[in-house]
Amino acid sequence: MSRQPPPLQQRTPIKLIDNTVEVKSKYEAEYRRFGLKRNGSGGFREFYRLIQTIHHIHGIDVLLGYADIHGDLLPINNDDNFNKAVSSANPLLRIIISKKEDEPVVYGTNSLQRRKKGLSLTGLRPTGSGSIHPKNKSGLMIGPPKNFRQISSIIDVDILPESHRRVRLHKHGSNKPLGFYIRDGVSVRVTPQGVEKVPGVFISRLVRNGLAESTGLLAVNDEILEVNGIDVAGKSLDQVTDMMVANSHNLIVTVKPANQRNNVVPRGSKYSLGNSGSVGSAGSTGSAPSHDSPSPASQSNPFTASSSIAEGDSEDEEEDGDLILENDCLRAHNPHPVTYSNSANLNRNSPHYGSHGSSGGKSVTQSVSMPNSITSTLSYNGNLNHSASGSQDSMKEDGNILTL
Amino acid sequence: MKRFRRHAHESQRERLKQELFHFNKTVEHGFPHQPSALGYSPSLQLLAIGTRSGAIKLYGAPGVEFMGLHDENAAVTQVHFMPHQVELVTLLDDNSLHMWTLRGHKGISELLEIGRFMLTGPPGAPPSVTSVTAVLAHSSGELLLLGTEGGHVFVVEVPGFRELEERNISLDQITNSIPDDYLGRRNLEHVEALVENPINPSQVVIGYGRGLMVIWDLEKKNAVQHLPATQQLESMWWTEDGSHILSSHSDGSYCRWRVGGPEEEEEEEEKSDIPYGHFPCKAISKIVQLPTEEGPPFLLFNGGMPRASYGDRHCITVIHGKTHVALDFTSRIIDFFVIRSGPQHTGDPSALVVLVEEEVVVIDLQTEGWPVIQTPYLVPLHSSAITCSHHVSAIPLKLWERIITSGELQNAHYSKKPWPIMGGQNLAPDPPQRDLLLTGHEDGTVRFWDASGVCLKPMYTLRTATAFHTDADPNDNMNPSAEGEWPPFRKVGCFDPYSDDPRLGIQKIHLCKYSGHLAVAGTAGQILMLEPNDEAAEHTVETKVVDLLQGQEGFRWKGHTRLNVREDPVEFPAGFQPFTLVQCQPPAVVTALSLHSEWKLVAFGTSHGFGLFDYQQNNNVFVRCTLNPSDQLALEGPLSRVKSIKKSLRQSFRRIRRSRVSLRKHHANNAAKIQEANARMEAELAEMELAPVQRKIEARSSDDSFTGLVRTLYFADTFLSDSTHHTPSLWAGTNGGCVFAYMIRLPAIEHRADEPVTAQPAKEIQLMHRAPVLGIVVLDGHGAPLPEPLEVAHDLARSPDMQASHHVVVTSEEQFKVFTLPKVSSKMKLKLTAVDGSRVRRVGVAWFGSSRTEDYGESGLVVLTNQGDVHVVSLPHVKMQVHYPCIRREDVSGIASCVFTRQGQGFYLISPSEFERFSLSTRFLVEPHCLVEPPFHSAPLSQHQPEPDGAHRIPQDGEEAESTARSIMEHALLNDEKVLQEIQKSLEGDQTSFLENSMKSAVA
Repeated sequence: MSRQPPPLQQRTPIKLIDNTVEVKSKYEAEYRRFGLKRNGSGGFREFYRLIQTIHHIHGIDVLLGYADIHGDLLPINNDDNFNKAVSSANPLLRIIISKKEDEPVVYGTNSLQRRKKGLSLTGLRPTGSGSIHPKNKSGLMIGPPKNFRQISSIIDVDILPESHRRVRLHKHGSNKPLGFYIRDGVSVRVTPQGVEKVPGVFISRLVRNGLAESTGLLAVNDEILEVNGIDVAGKSLDQVTDMMVANSHNLIVTVKPANQRNNVVPRGSKYSLGNSGSVGSAGSTGSAPSHDSPSPASQSNPFTASSSIAEGDSEDEEEDGDLILENDCLRAHNPHPVTYSNSANLNRNSPHYGSHGSSGGKSVTQSVSMPNSITSTLSYNGNLNHSASGSQDSMKEDGNILTL
Repeated sequence: MKRFRRHAHESQRERLKQELFHFNKTVEHGFPHQPSALGYSPSLQLLAIGTRSGAIKLYGAPGVEFMGLHDENAAVTQVHFMPHQVELVTLLDDNSLHMWTLRGHKGISELLEIGRFMLTGPPGAPPSVTSVTAVLAHSSGELLLLGTEGGHVFVVEVPGFRELEERNISLDQITNSIPDDYLGRRNLEHVEALVENPINPSQVVIGYGRGLMVIWDLEKKNAVQHLPATQQLESMWWTEDGSHILSSHSDGSYCRWRVGGPEEEEEEEEKSDIPYGHFPCKAISKIVQLPTEEGPPFLLFNGGMPRASYGDRHCITVIHGKTHVALDFTSRIIDFFVIRSGPQHTGDPSALVVLVEEEVVVIDLQTEGWPVIQTPYLVPLHSSAITCSHHVSAIPLKLWERIITSGELQNAHYSKKPWPIMGGQNLAPDPPQRDLLLTGHEDGTVRFWDASGVCLKPMYTLRTATAFHTDADPNDNMNPSAEGEWPPFRKVGCFDPYSDDPRLGIQKIHLCKYSGHLAVAGTAGQILMLEPNDEAAEHTVETKVVDLLQGQEGFRWKGHTRLNVREDPVEFPAGFQPFTLVQCQPPAVVTALSLHSEWKLVAFGTSHGFGLFDYQQNNNVFVRCTLNPSDQLALEGPLSRVKSIKKSLRQSFRRIRRSRVSLRKHHANNAAKIQEANARMEAELAEMELAPVQRKIEARSSDDSFTGLVRTLYFADTFLSDSTHHTPSLWAGTNGGCVFAYMIRLPAIEHRADEPVTAQPAKEIQLMHRAPVLGIVVLDGHGAPLPEPLEVAHDLARSPDMQASHHVVVTSEEQFKVFTLPKVSSKMKLKLTAVDGSRVRRVGVAWFGSSRTEDYGESGLVVLTNQGDVHVVSLPHVKMQVHYPCIRREDVSGIASCVFTRQGQGFYLISPSEFERFSLSTRFLVEPHCLVEPPFHSAPLSQHQPEPDGAHRIPQDGEEAESTARSIMEHALLNDEKVLQEIQKSLEGDQTSFLENSMKSAVA
């Protein structure tokens, strides 16, 4: 499937007729186009039945998702988000349908609701990425889809022990909370002297609908080993908390997952990419070879990776998007600093998108789980640490970012 | 380029750092927390205080201070100086004994622990046998007598702590000698006290808890006399002429016993008295009687108050002839001693030194009325709780003298006598400058301390409460003793932890040392402007109410109300007198304050916003509300939050009680139900206890509480609008990571009084990480911080470079950022929290001089983090220079109390009553340098003793021999036979002198 990606990105200019929404729905490799009344469209149930009818998939449990204006893939599973989807469609409402049975393969630990979203999200990935390079039949180049935003990634798989996982949470301007809690605990380390119990910091709770939960990459009782490349051993709970809060705009946590069954194996044909649903969902048909193929590609193209890291860096330094108001804009007295933050966010988002456009989808780390991204970031670990320590080099980049 | 240079000369930079920075905890100021023992050496004139945390502190002349800490974390229960020596022995409550000495090293003395000892009893004996209850440092300086719980007295040779088993006085020896008729040979209980005969060192009196006292001869090893008291013994005193023993008892009585010759077995209780008698009294825990050259002796005792009516008073009674005073202290009495005049300290009592839990009080016994002598050190900083502090370096002499003069007027009631404890020599050089530490207190006072040297001396106390109507009775008499009242109480001491009105509490202080203008801000949103006046004056205080909300609707302030200002003219004593009062509305705590005396402007901030006030024209220039309208907590005031905690506590208690009640009610019902309820309660409790500590990981948001709280205010003359014109400006930083800059337009000097000051907003920076902004400082063209107002005008600072561009350094809790001016853009930054998880708590600007060359120095930021580490961050490049652990991170109040000086020193509270002083600078160090000479030369002086037969002289000579023996011991190995023989010889000589002496006294 991922090898024959349909041209999702193709934007046909369509005249928007009032009260009617152009709908383009996709199930596996099939597309259907139809119209939907903007107002009298009824509820989710009705729409679900309509989809089943249109795609002739009666009796198959599916999940519906749509791409919103930011490019995020969002689920449709009730009346509210269905109405939202319809109302926000501009000009086209893209519906992505995926089979429900994929999910158990993909997620083992998360709540049902999140699983749905995660699944549908990742389900789109291979398709989307493929669509950027429709000619690349082997699907070697798998880039980030333009039309949704990255919220998390697994990075540095090659340099980390199998039992560890390095997760990057992208806060961006979203108002979604990071949404997790940490606690003190006891960790067991194997030393030459034998098994040793040492104090550790663990995830104690995930907030519903929070960023952490929605990625599915973090779970309760995962041990926190590093925050943005800095070892937390010997640090108090409060220190780790403060470090995470200070890095909250671009948080990279290295965890030792409590559930070690879903670990990422850096190489080899067997992927048990636990939470990296993309693989699983794309390949309900199984397809180990299809995943093998991307890795050499990414290796052959380290530049892509570098650009992605650079982008990450700029995000890290993005905080220098401190909002500065000079006196001319201060004339109108504004007692609510809240509003600044919004505008700041908008500002920040725009260059971000720009960079995506320019890099032509070359950047890699975007995807939640693409194997190539995992391997490719290997050589940039140093860079990552670098950015975390806020060195001089990255200062230059601020300069650019600052002059938004 | 700079980076390159830095790399090239990294090692050179390292060397430079060593020349600039060095961390030292130098001295502790104030009064030791939780004192537990007091000792005094008349020969050294040193006072020793032991604390419950195991510290031992020695004080002599002002500036002479020593401190030691026992490794054991146990309370010091007794401190005894070895007579006429530089050693002292401490007893801890873990029953260990420690020997300390003052050893000369490089010309100064150091307090060192030179030995420790734990009494070991016979094998198999219960621990009570060796549990030490009484210690006597024998006047020979060779022996320690240790009375124990089991009733034995062990004799130990010091300083080596060698047990002299053959000289021990066992309980059996004593009981065998007791006359049969004494109480039917009941258990004598523990050794309560051991006292040596002042004229015969071979005699000691052993006092047992049951009441029996036995005079024992150490040489003959027999009992000389029995004093059969019938009440529980509390303490004993052997009068100086050796003729009487005083004993005090648990029923509030004391007895006077005549000491007869050894052959006299029968001894009558000469006098027994319960001074505050009739009704049951509390114990007299210590009694002292001292003779005077002419006239009646002084009798001093601790306690003995009538249990029912005055059982809660902490009193020391002093009786001298017809004068009888019960000194009434505000906290528990630990111990007391009396200093005697004369070269040998054997003359009339001159001063009574009392250690109470919260202060040391010294009473002048030679001046009529027994006034208190003001202490030059050991002053309780916390006579009212410290709420804030402010340090000003290099005070001009004129202001300094004015403060001292005002202080002296306040201290008229103190004794004119000099401080009586003058041991040791202060070798520290005179402080290079006059430094002032101001502490704000809960009761609305501001105390001025001379912080230039080792002694933190009180200079002057400013009371701001006089400007307000408070609930307190203004005529609250400290001395309510009516005529003929019995006991004749007299209040002494200044420790008074009770605040009349919490709103009076001082939160922020800013003093301009050049103009003398002082701004003091408090808990109820009050900002008082004061200036020094050398004479008392009566005037009204101009009051302005400033609304910080600017008409924001829809909230109700639930906190305290504004203070009521006294509208009638108020008589202010000489010193700092208020002339203007600004009251914030709502009256929330003032959280930031800055004064610019050159511009005559004061800026203030609360959780609602900040304002700028022109105190020349008494006019508010502008107000900026920083409040987030959804911030209910800030809106309602701090009290509502406290209330809710209280409420929830109350509710949970009620729930528990209810379930208990229901348990009782249904007692008859069935056991199963009770069990169920029990289980539920247990589960609830377990949940309460075991609920893991969790921390939420969330980015800071604008919706957080108290984002509008103003954390810092800063005046600067810098480039805000364009790079050619610099203007006065006001900078404010909030809790939500926001920085506001206002351009101020001051009228020309000649129109300063009539044209209004105006201000307009110029910049706003919202830091993206939104961490609280703690400090703002503008750097001039050379990268040096701008000087303080009027500093340049007084030729005390180089005028700032106004040619090259300025920068502003914003310190938030998480990072340091340098922005360019006038166009604000980020230039450099240093992240702290993201890297090591610590957050900035305190920040200051300091100048560090090189220890190698006089003319080199650098400015830097001094930073204290929530982990208790101090860092130095360079300016203008914001690079981490050095960091040292300073305060335990659990010590939240210590971290919160920290204040930095401009010379890289700092103070923080190590207890409610003590400041620790530390220094990061190699050049500016204030630490004790003192020398204590061993009192060897005391022997020749003894020739001036009045005793004609020289009975006292012989033991003194013997003592000198001993001290030589001791000094030999110090330098030789103990197994050297020659040395041992020599020691033996000198000991024998000593013994003969003892015998001689005792015989002579017997004859006499």
